[in-house]
Amino acid sequence: MATVVEPRIAPVKNDNLWYASDSMPPDMAPSGPIAEMWDKHRFEMKLVNPSNRRKFTILVVGSGLAGGAAAATLGEQGYNVKCFCYQDSPRRAHSIAAQGGINAAKNYRNDGDSIYRLFYDTVKGGDFRARESNVYRLAEVSVNIIDQCVAAGVPFAREYGGLLDTRSFGGAQVARTFYARGQTGQQLLLGVYQGLCRQIDRGMVKMYPRTEMLDVVLVDGVARGIITRDMVTGAVEAHAGDAVVLCTGGYGNVYYLSTYARGSNATAIWRAYKRGALFGNPCFVQIHPTCIPVKGEYQSKLTLMSESVRNDGRVWVPKKVGDNRPPGQIPEDERDYYLERMYPSFGNLAPRDIASRAAKRVCDEGRGVGPGGLGVYLDLADSIKRLGKKVIEERYGNLMEMYEQITGENPYEVPIRIFPAVHYTMGGLWVDYNLMSNIPGLFVGGEANFSDHGANRLGASALMQGLSDGYFVLPSTVPDYIASTKFKPVTTDDPAFKEALNETNVRVKRMLSIQGEKTVDDIYRELGQVMWEFCGMGRNDADLRTGLARIPKLREEFWQNVRVPGEGAELNQQLEKAGRVADFLELGELMFIDALHRTESCGAHFREESQYPDGEAKRDDENFRYVAAWEYNGADKPVLHKENLDFEYVHLAVRSYK
Amino acid sequence: MNLTLKVWRQKNAQDAGRFETYTTSEADPEMSFMEMLDIVNQDIIRKGGDPIAFDHDCREGICGTCGVVINGVPHGGHGTTTCQLYMRHFKDGETITIEPWRARPFPVLKDLIVDRAALDRIIVAGGYISASTGSAPDANGILVPKPDSDAAMNYAVCIGCGACVAACPNGSAMLFTAAKVAHLNLLPQGQPERYTRTANMVAQMDKEGFGGCTNHGECTAVCPAHIDMSAIARLNRDLLAATLKGVA
Ligand SMILES: Cc1cc2nc3c(=O)[nH]c(=O)nc-3n(C[C@H](O)[C@H](O)[C@H](O)COP(=O)(O)OP(=O)(O)OC[C@H]3O[C@@H](n4cnc5c(N)ncnc54)[C@H](O)[C@@H]3O)c2cc1C
Ligand code: FES
Repeated sequence: MATVVEPRIAPVKNDNLWYASDSMPPDMAPSGPIAEMWDKHRFEMKLVNPSNRRKFTILVVGSGLAGGAAAATLGEQGYNVKCFCYQDSPRRAHSIAAQGGINAAKNYRNDGDSIYRLFYDTVKGGDFRARESNVYRLAEVSVNIIDQCVAAGVPFAREYGGLLDTRSFGGAQVARTFYARGQTGQQLLLGVYQGLCRQIDRGMVKMYPRTEMLDVVLVDGVARGIITRDMVTGAVEAHAGDAVVLCTGGYGNVYYLSTYARGSNATAIWRAYKRGALFGNPCFVQIHPTCIPVKGEYQSKLTLMSESVRNDGRVWVPKKVGDNRPPGQIPEDERDYYLERMYPSFGNLAPRDIASRAAKRVCDEGRGVGPGGLGVYLDLADSIKRLGKKVIEERYGNLMEMYEQITGENPYEVPIRIFPAVHYTMGGLWVDYNLMSNIPGLFVGGEANFSDHGANRLGASALMQGLSDGYFVLPSTVPDYIASTKFKPVTTDDPAFKEALNETNVRVKRMLSIQGEKTVDDIYRELGQVMWEFCGMGRNDADLRTGLARIPKLREEFWQNVRVPGEGAELNQQLEKAGRVADFLELGELMFIDALHRTESCGAHFREESQYPDGEAKRDDENFRYVAAWEYNGADKPVLHKENLDFEYVHLAVRSYK
Repeated sequence: MNLTLKVWRQKNAQDAGRFETYTTSEADPEMSFMEMLDIVNQDIIRKGGDPIAFDHDCREGICGTCGVVINGVPHGGHGTTTCQLYMRHFKDGETITIEPWRARPFPVLKDLIVDRAALDRIIVAGGYISASTGSAPDANGILVPKPDSDAAMNYAVCIGCGACVAACPNGSAMLFTAAKVAHLNLLPQGQPERYTRTANMVAQMDKEGFGGCTNHGECTAVCPAHIDMSAIARLNRDLLAATLKGVA
């Protein structure tokens, strides 16, 4: 495997942007009926004797729902676990920000839900670009997740009889979403964090907060460790282990503005990609329809208004182009409740990709509201009239407060204004059924893997996947790997560690030595604009090529003209950011190439060349029924591998929500 | 808006630290406090200086990473976190003083960033329910009356920012500790470990060097999650019971 320290500055010369390959690692899904696969697989797994577990070290990077739950559960099983996160406490992982809820096929309401229906909805919602076996397991495990969370003390919303309450989310016609006011992610993460604290207390997990992973170390092609930087002292260190588990979240911050925490980054998975891990569907990015619109140049992040608000809110714009009247003065018959009109059976709860594109369309027509016409109304007036302000307050109180803080407008009196924003990445490192990448010993969970959500994720399904991976899947498959592998003893004295440490140190020094004219944010913001403008909600060949051509220039500018103040051996937030932006500047290019190569529309990936006359996305199953798994190829063009997807249970069909 | 900022600068834990003054004319009432600091920092970098270090992540009031003392008040006194504070609350021409949390168990790491690991250690001491993965009964098998679950949630929303400690004249972590105790002790699942949890968390709090609670109420006044003093009453009740039972 070639190791590359120098950033790749490869100008786009011609149309051949990638190599194609026929080879593809197996998906490792067990044979047999889908409903029995996971049970059968678990039965066939090898076990590690409890008294031997302590001898194995598992490095878990990330303390969100996926990483935190995996670290705590593996620690509980008796493995020696080290867990890393870049925040000052594991309780602050980005999962904390999730608002609306978590899906599970409990069918407590007896409204026709089942494991099979959740499986079906997820495959269809993902526009047939996910692996059936994984999605079925996710649906199956979902019921255990809620049990686990309740046992750990998560205060989910309850009905008066003491039973759990649920609500509906986009893309589903049953109420299978469990929630804790508008802070579901917070409560789930605190449940996970508390379990993690229990294992820290027992001495089974050692936590490394304010520690950023900067590389993964392979010994003889097997993942055996990581390189980290202590964000307080600046010390660059090596950690050896028997398995490495990356649960480092999504990479939506490549767009600069997004609903992600400012520190969310692609570094861990990008370094793994550069060490040979395949990157699945990098261009599949979810743009969420209900975010607070951009206000100004200085803006540093976008804030989500949970999709759950669409349960009680009606989305509309004026019928007339350029109608500037305040919303209260626009009479009922001059309003276009366009989601209800276009998608009568799902209405305001149409899936995210569809709702986002519809919002873009009405704004493109000149019917958008608010500054710059980049917004639509999400109106709670009818629900407030029907249910009373108190009920709405109980359901969304903290969101309403947040909206008022940010906009200075009272959402109980004037309709909320929303606009789509980057929110989630369906793409990520490619993994097999065991959540192992093509690098032996390198596992990937949560949003960081290419995921069970295909080309579009349904609301409330990321929390479900994070906890499924963390509580149930990884704690089965990682021990199976350990039990069935003969480990050669490896310490951080191994040359592979020395080499990786050296590369990281050189890279840090180089960033600090440029001392150019532009700040990291100057270049980062420009990258974000290029990504949003040319690889955003609507994509086409010409735009994608324009955007792609700009990235190498930006990268060159970064490596020649950026200014990173301060030193390496200290707390240096600009240096941290510079490292992340350097990786985004490479990842962005791969996203463009992936988006260019996939000339079909599917889910969130909308190619304007591929649509039906009514503007709906047109999938091309004949040519694109696969996961694009990209391999790093040094300074040369990346190599495209294809995992073909077979749909045995959910039959391929045009996805309709009309 | 024109603003003058007096900002606490401290290179590392060993450095004595001092206030330095910065000015900006680019602030806008629609900006968040942190976006204002971003602009000041960009300016410092362009001039070859070392930007002000401050903690932040989600920038939407939920992760609890951010927090500085603004004009003497943790988070600035508008019922929000620092990241959710908007510049419309300030006047053109105003001078704003910005300092880190000040409390003995929170050493300054750099400028406005402090080490709050002591709060994690309080949770490690017992702020959990021992529920091993995979052993849970059906979720609806545990009925929780809605009033109890709502009350537990009122305490569970603590974001762990530490403003309560920074506001307390005694530097007490009582509101933080009590919020977790109250959340877990209100639920049926939390009963088996109720008294040991309370005793162990309080013991850890004392060990970390946090001060005692003398009911000033400054903590709840600055709490961005609006946790009220009833949490502390609940903790005290359970601590007394723990003592009577011989657990504490
Ligand atoms: C505002 C918002 C609302 C949402 N609402 C919902 C919802 O209602 N329902 C739903 O299902 N989903 C929701 N989502 C999506 C969901 O929250 C995330 O997809 C999910 O929480 C991701 O969990 P994770 O464990 O994979 O990663 P994260 O929670 O992002 O955790 C990543 C972890 O990795 C660590 N890390 C990252 N990089 C490094 C590095 N280089 N070195 C060391 N550590 C590193 C971080 O410190 C962190 O601990 C929402 C997302 C957002 C942004
Ligand atoms: S940055 Fe997360 S609460 Fe302020």
